[in-house]
Amino acid sequence: MNNLLTISGSPHIHTTDSVRKIMYSVIFAMIPAMLVSVYFFGLDAVRIIGVSVVACVAVEYLIQKYLLKGDVTINDGSAVITGVLLAFNVPANLPTWIIIIGAIFAIAIAKMAFGGLGKNPFNPALVGRVFLLISFPAQMTTWPIPKPLFAKSVTDALTGATPLGLLKDGHLANKTIDQIMSDPAMPDYIQQLVGFQTGSLGEMSAIALLIGAAYMFYKKVITWHIPVSYLLTALLFAAIFWLIDPTYYADPLFHLITGGMILGVFYMATDMVTSPMSAKGQIIFGIGCGLLTMIIRFWGSYPEGVSFAILIMNAFTPLINKSFKPKRFGV
Amino acid sequence: MILKTFKLGGVHPPENKVSAGAAIQHLPLPDKLFVPLSQHLGTPAKAIVNRGDDVKTGQLIAKSVGFISANIHSPATGKVAKIDQIIDQTGYKRTAVFIDTQEDVWEEGIDTSPDIERTIKLSKEEIIQRINDMGVVGMGGATFPTHIKMMIPEGKQIQYLIINGVECEPYLTSDHILMMEKGEEILIGTSILMKALGVDKAMVGIEANKPDAIAHLTKLTEKFQGITVHALKVKYPQGGEKQLIKALTGREVPSGKLPLETGCVVDNVGTAYAVYEAVQKNKPLIQRVVTVTGNAARKHANFLVRVGTPIEYLIEHAGGMPADLGKLISGGPMMGKALVSPEAPITKGSSGLLLMPETEAKRAPIKNCIRCARCISACPMGLEPFLLAQLVPLDKWDDAEANRIMDCIECGSCHYICPSGRPLLDFIRLGKDKVGKIIRTRVKQ
Repeated sequence: MNNLLTISGSPHIHTTDSVRKIMYSVIFAMIPAMLVSVYFFGLDAVRIIGVSVVACVAVEYLIQKYLLKGDVTINDGSAVITGVLLAFNVPANLPTWIIIIGAIFAIAIAKMAFGGLGKNPFNPALVGRVFLLISFPAQMTTWPIPKPLFAKSVTDALTGATPLGLLKDGHLANKTIDQIMSDPAMPDYIQQLVGFQTGSLGEMSAIALLIGAAYMFYKKVITWHIPVSYLLTALLFAAIFWLIDPTYYADPLFHLITGGMILGVFYMATDMVTSPMSAKGQIIFGIGCGLLTMIIRFWGSYPEGVSFAILIMNAFTPLINKSFKPKRFGV
Repeated sequence: MILKTFKLGGVHPPENKVSAGAAIQHLPLPDKLFVPLSQHLGTPAKAIVNRGDDVKTGQLIAKSVGFISANIHSPATGKVAKIDQIIDQTGYKRTAVFIDTQEDVWEEGIDTSPDIERTIKLSKEEIIQRINDMGVVGMGGATFPTHIKMMIPEGKQIQYLIINGVECEPYLTSDHILMMEKGEEILIGTSILMKALGVDKAMVGIEANKPDAIAHLTKLTEKFQGITVHALKVKYPQGGEKQLIKALTGREVPSGKLPLETGCVVDNVGTAYAVYEAVQKNKPLIQRVVTVTGNAARKHANFLVRVGTPIEYLIEHAGGMPADLGKLISGGPMMGKALVSPEAPITKGSSGLLLMPETEAKRAPIKNCIRCARCISACPMGLEPFLLAQLVPLDKWDDAEANRIMDCIECGSCHYICPSGRPLLDFIRLGKDKVGKIIRTRVKQ
């Protein structure tokens, strides 16, 4: 024995899991949705995702290296996730400079200003997205019509409204739900599930997103509490109003598979850093997200409410953590 | 069949029970023994021998002092070289009796024959007295004096004796091999404890990763009244007293209360064996089975060793001191204690020695908490380890107490599972120490 013995408190063995592995599982889970976006938007999707990821990682690197002069932790993969999620939340025709501004805001303001990974109260990608939505409303709501690779243009139009946008515009024009749903621009449910709809890069295909979500469940990166409570609440809320007035409100399935619902529920509301920690707290969080999403969709001025709902509930997370403690042993 | 287990939390570290199946090997007596006077929870015993005295194997050399304490007997025949300070397993200097050993001569009245003594002749009171006299303590690690557990306060009713054969710590196999080789003695010990407690039901809990021990003891229980063997689903820390009671009876020890509130008394299989030896053979607790294992160990073995044997002596008999030894742990990898020196002696509570190579000895760098809540899902007491570890460095003792820091059983599941490698239990231990002192001062006032 040449060396001194190491002394440390128990336990002396540790899991082989790490922050890096968790983050890379999430990135891996987003690959199907990325492929779908490339299929529908081609090089534009590659441009948006690439620029967003590179910008996020670069901003984090520059801040850690030159501003904080501390450890550089960009290889933990969290900035990459923010980059991909930000890209997933914008239209495919967004100018490159706008996405860079979004990335700077997401990483510099929403993440690093609070102390970096684990310390941010709000989901950085969503903060970036909402910042862009408020600052560049025109560019952020001009949606290109998806044009599958190797296919001739399906319509002549280059841009169009999202299904939720059509719904909101229809309401404003005092149309009935049947008139709105029979609009030729409105995709049917199968098209929505597969991805033939207008919308942000990452919310195109519910199926691709669900495949990734299943992988995250399998890897135990997410638990059922937030997704199930979020989806059930939104479904139930939509169902109640649909039953009350089916001529005005769209049916619950429509709300489930349109817009950012699936993306938000599985990939952003479940963000470990910004969601509550106890099982009970996570269910409360999911219910809150579901209610707020539907309230904004029904009666807000924006057609979509997922981003706002999650950000608002992020603000409640510390309070929820304080109020909903895990089940104690022997109490 | 659905196996029983506890409900809240728990983790599944790799089992690594390499030494399972290695028969108990009697280790020859070393030349020198260092017998610490504090081998149990409570007040250290007071030495009643002096320098130069001749002692026989099994002779009383230190008497228990106060209520929570235990007698200590000479583990060998020889001469008391001195009574002096030694660095024991805790890393602190403690008083020990140094014995230069000679050929083994047992004290009169101790039955050293290999025959199994089956009839229990002593009465309830005599059993408890004998357990006290023979210095029997809990052999699962906590080393709480066993006779005190047998004294049930007025008005309390005990329904179950629970025998802990779980051995949920990875690597350790001393209880397993003891169940295989001394199964009948353990069950006789169990019957003795049942008589002392006045209960007619005893449950032996064994995790399902020891099917041979489950089968062996189940077969043996046919000859015993009221003892049942239960296979448990493998999950750490099932060997924790509170978790085992929960797994076997569904009852929860109330926060801050003792297990007897649930009508249960829990004893380790090693303790049951020691009780058998004390009561049926009049043999004091002077030896025990110690597993020597770990990825740096040259040989994996289960040794029967005398208390006071220097740890390095065991390592020499397990193939010698490894060149790449980075950490030496007394006990299992989850709750064991990293030793300062291999010269520290084996005590009544030493269940194993884990030799870790340098590559495993150091902790990974600490990363930011990503609030993944895995520490919460892993905590078998339903605590929020991340929160407690945040409160302690801020000196927020009231908050820590309100969040039940004193309920922590220090199983290490939180630090084990943390993907950021945060030393949660280090902080919680620190906090428990401080909050415990605050509570004691408050109670005094």
